[in-house]
Amino acid sequence: MNPDIVRDILDKHSQEGNGLISILEDIQARFSYLPEEALKMVAEAKNIPLVDIYGVATFYKAFSLVPRGKHLICACLGTACHVREGPIIVKEFESQLGIKAGETTPDKEFTLETVACLGACALGPIVVVDGHYFSNVGQTEVRGIIEKAAEGFETADLEQDYHIFPVEASCPKCNHSLMDPSRIIDDYPSIRVTASFGRNHGWLTISSMYGSYKVFSEYEIPKETVVHFFCPHCHAELKGATNCVLCGAPMIPMIVSGGGMIQICSRKGCKNHMLDLSGVNL
Amino acid sequence: MITLTINGLDVQVEEGTTLLEAARHLGFPIPTLCHMDGLTPYGACRLCVVEIGEGPGAKMVSSCTFPVQEGLKVRTASERVLKARRMIIELMLSVCPQSKTIQDLASKFGVRQQRFRQEFKDCILCGLCVRMCEEQMMAKAIGFRGRGESRSIGTPFDIETDVCRRCGGCMFVCPVCELRCTYNEPEKAICGGCANLVPPCVEKDQFDDMMCYMEPCVACEITKD
Ligand code: SF4
Ligand code: SF4
Ligand code: SF4
Ligand code: FES
Ligand code: FES
Repeated sequence: MNPDIVRDILDKHSQEGNGLISILEDIQARFSYLPEEALKMVAEAKNIPLVDIYGVATFYKAFSLVPRGKHLICACLGTACHVREGPIIVKEFESQLGIKAGETTPDKEFTLETVACLGACALGPIVVVDGHYFSNVGQTEVRGIIEKAAEGFETADLEQDYHIFPVEASCPKCNHSLMDPSRIIDDYPSIRVTASFGRNHGWLTISSMYGSYKVFSEYEIPKETVVHFFCPHCHAELKGATNCVLCGAPMIPMIVSGGGMIQICSRKGCKNHMLDLSGVNL
Repeated sequence: MITLTINGLDVQVEEGTTLLEAARHLGFPIPTLCHMDGLTPYGACRLCVVEIGEGPGAKMVSSCTFPVQEGLKVRTASERVLKARRMIIELMLSVCPQSKTIQDLASKFGVRQQRFRQEFKDCILCGLCVRMCEEQMMAKAIGFRGRGESRSIGTPFDIETDVCRRCGGCMFVCPVCELRCTYNEPEKAICGGCANLVPPCVEKDQFDDMMCYMEPCVACEITKD
């Protein structure tokens, strides 16, 4: 663990006047877990007893006190997924990976975790691997999911994967559809927004296939740039309250037709995105 | 000053007093487990339930955390309260059947059966130790960790902590970590044997020197004489 990184995070948050949870979230995003040393530094800087910070860190499932593997497999065991045989899926993952839920494989490749409801109950049992949602997972598909995760999702084949599905997005401010039928990506109308970074201000289209990462834009966006997104209709900035758990950049919320919310990371090159069908996370 | 009625008696107490304090002031006993004078009320064990209000709108509240209200009608020992209390004791007894404090409560309130699986846990999560450590010992060495089923008490990372001053305050207040009277069968350890007037110690002389905190223990008094 590099103490300077923790110090930077603490500085950033003390300027923004943020509370404990946001600090812990950032530390977790950088190290993939909450190192003991880091918690001690937070305790000292914020003048909170260590035992209270430890209580918070152990209370929330999102925090981990042990290093996680390269790939995070999260199987849902919420009520709906439970009755749709979620436990069998978890058992299958456990036996395939040779670890118990909550553990990490010795080669530090996979961490298996269970969560209680991801808000997509109708599609259960749900498994999320590195931010990719798999719905209606059956026991026989487990092996394939693990293999796909190991080789990385960028190379995963679009056509054959029916877990990658199209969404229809609209602006969370004016509710105007963001779909652009004149520009087809992955055989579907793309999502069109206005993107701005530095002095550049122009259109940007994203594949509407949930799970695809195809993006085209008027101006070449350098890697790692955090882009501001605007609605092309009402010109409001699309900005949510949450930050990317992987890189810390703001998440961009869009409404999905049929109810719910999709969030994508605003940093070029960061592949984090999430679908929240209950739509409470603005 | 606030006027309220407890078990039909009018009482005047200062604002901010809890129902428990008011009732005890009048001499009505209310059993407590997670309450201790000098520590902030926490409301974990629910043993101190009382009934407030009247008719179908009557509510059960924990008296140790409920502040007095003008004109409130309180019953500390209604049928409903006693029933709830017995259930609470039975449930606590199933978690920590070896706890002397809980055994005594069971005996006192006539809980003579255990319908739930006994867990023999070493903590009932009353939070007394945490509050003792923080509020009286000014140490904040221990606290709650986790949640739900895996909630537990301990130090951060389960390692010795240098803020603990080893005062023993936490163990002193703990209702669970004391010796118990298990008779000779741990799974049947409701120490109500003596209250049933068939004192087991009389028949089993190997229990003569047993350390027992039971009050009143008929059997022990008999054997001593
Ligand atoms: S012994 Fe340590 S943990 Fe227990 S009350 Fe004292 S300071 Fe707190
Ligand atoms: S250790 Fe004892 S005092 Fe502390 S919460 Fe558990 S039962 Fe209560
Ligand atoms: S009679 Fe006394 S020693 Fe025997 S079980 Fe009861 S309390 Fe314990
Ligand atoms: S129960 Fe699995 S998503 Fe709700
Ligand atoms: S004494 Fe009131 S809830 Fe425990």
